[in-house]
Amino acid sequence: MPDTAIAGAPAKAATGGNILQIRNLEAWYGESHILHGINFDVNAGEVVTLLGRNGAGKTTTLKSIMGIIGKRTGSVKFNNQEIIRATSDKIARMGIAFCPEERGIFASLDVRENLLLPPVVREGGLPLEQIFDLFPNLKERLNSQGTKLSGGEQQMLAIARILRTGASFLMLDEPTEGLAPVIIQQIGHTIARLKKEGFTILLVEQNFRFASTVADRYYVVEHGKIIDGFANADLAANMDKLHTYLGV
Amino acid sequence: MQALYAQLLVGLINGSFYALLSLGLAVIFGMLNIINFAHGALYMMGAFVAYFLLNLGGINYWWALLLAPIIVGIFGMILERTMLQWLTGLDHLYGLLLTFGIALIVQGVFQNYFGSSGLPYAIPDQLKGGMNLGFMFLPIYRGWVVIFSLVVCIATWFLIEKTRLGAYLRAATENPTLVRAFGVNVPRMITLTYGLGVGLAALAGVLSAPINQVRPLMGADLIIVVFAVVVIGGMGSIMGSIITGFALGVIEGLTKYFYPEASNTVVFVLMVLVLLVKPTGLTGRAA
Repeated sequence: MPDTAIAGAPAKAATGGNILQIRNLEAWYGESHILHGINFDVNAGEVVTLLGRNGAGKTTTLKSIMGIIGKRTGSVKFNNQEIIRATSDKIARMGIAFCPEERGIFASLDVRENLLLPPVVREGGLPLEQIFDLFPNLKERLNSQGTKLSGGEQQMLAIARILRTGASFLMLDEPTEGLAPVIIQQIGHTIARLKKEGFTILLVEQNFRFASTVADRYYVVEHGKIIDGFANADLAANMDKLHTYLGV
Repeated sequence: MQALYAQLLVGLINGSFYALLSLGLAVIFGMLNIINFAHGALYMMGAFVAYFLLNLGGINYWWALLLAPIIVGIFGMILERTMLQWLTGLDHLYGLLLTFGIALIVQGVFQNYFGSSGLPYAIPDQLKGGMNLGFMFLPIYRGWVVIFSLVVCIATWFLIEKTRLGAYLRAATENPTLVRAFGVNVPRMITLTYGLGVGLAALAGVLSAPINQVRPLMGADLIIVVFAVVVIGGMGSIMGSIITGFALGVIEGLTKYFYPEASNTVVFVLMVLVLLVKPTGLTGRAA
């Protein structure tokens, strides 16, 4: 596949150029080999969703991009820069932000401290007023202990805190897991709004009905490989295949 | 009555050292997950650095109060970079054995050159003499140690609980991987935290030099009691270790007045009682 990315392209390339390029990514948890050669691309301004069953390697893919998985090989290029060897703090400073599945709200910090914790890595993050506009609940609970929030509020906080940092490439790991339908809807609106703001989003989801409301493209992960990929417009045509892949 | 107040003061002074040392241990345990058995040796080094500064460099007590914690803190950070960092993710036992070994080596080296007897360190001129408070005579230096330790303890508490840097520290104690994935250089923060904890021990060493003399084993004697203090207070809490430190110093002092025979064991008796009733310590969080 030809390399379409422009060298030195800005993080928020309005051109829709290639922002993330993954080639033959393999990763290990200790002795167990989880990713067996992942290949895919994300273009600037897109919402791309990784679908797949439990244990397929979706979360590991995100963690490998973030530099959290100790042993990984292959190539991960962000804005045409190789980051497969970089440590996670360096990767974060390049403008990639990660919202983990378990949300990672800190119990010993209040909501305000949790929100302000991730350091600003570059200009262009959302100002606090805009974040409170997206998540009004958080403003009322600034002084509560982080883990006293409801599951939905914790998820909002986990997303909110990575919006201020200036990172323009967001990785959200199952943001709707275990949440009430009305909250899921709110998170869907938020993702749509972030896309409009120019954020690029890589989403991991089990719930493809939710994903279909926000995603531009899908990749299907199975046994640590990408086995299929299609655009949102082709979702209906791929429904049968998808049911087989996901076992739903 | 005079004797009671005198013992209360001794208790507060010992409590100051307990608080400064257990505070450092709590901070180090939180971030590095290491039970720092070298703490007593580093406390001793603080006192020796003050002694060297005065006798070799003519640098007075006030500068030593600033320089000794920095010098010993840097020594601690070198230990962390070269040895302790490799223990990340291993059982507590490894950190305990390594730091215990470091303590024995450091103490052995100092004993080799200075024997076991104490070297004198004079009280600075500004803090000589005493005050008659009406109900007791207060040596100024001892009052200074109590107040200064309290200020340092509260400043450390403020740093950790109320500032942005402290928020990084608390967050990294909970989930270092995620904090690093936000762009914070966590390994460097761990090194600095160890330096901070060690610096507090060295500061206690400088404060104690004019009271207890400067001896290679001064830390070895103290650290056993300090570990009992930490067990009673619980490892997790900053304010808990400060309060427990001062409180146990006072309890020890009062025991010396009311039942002197038990003064050396009262802390350990309390430790056993706390372990029986609340094994995580009075303010500690369950692991």
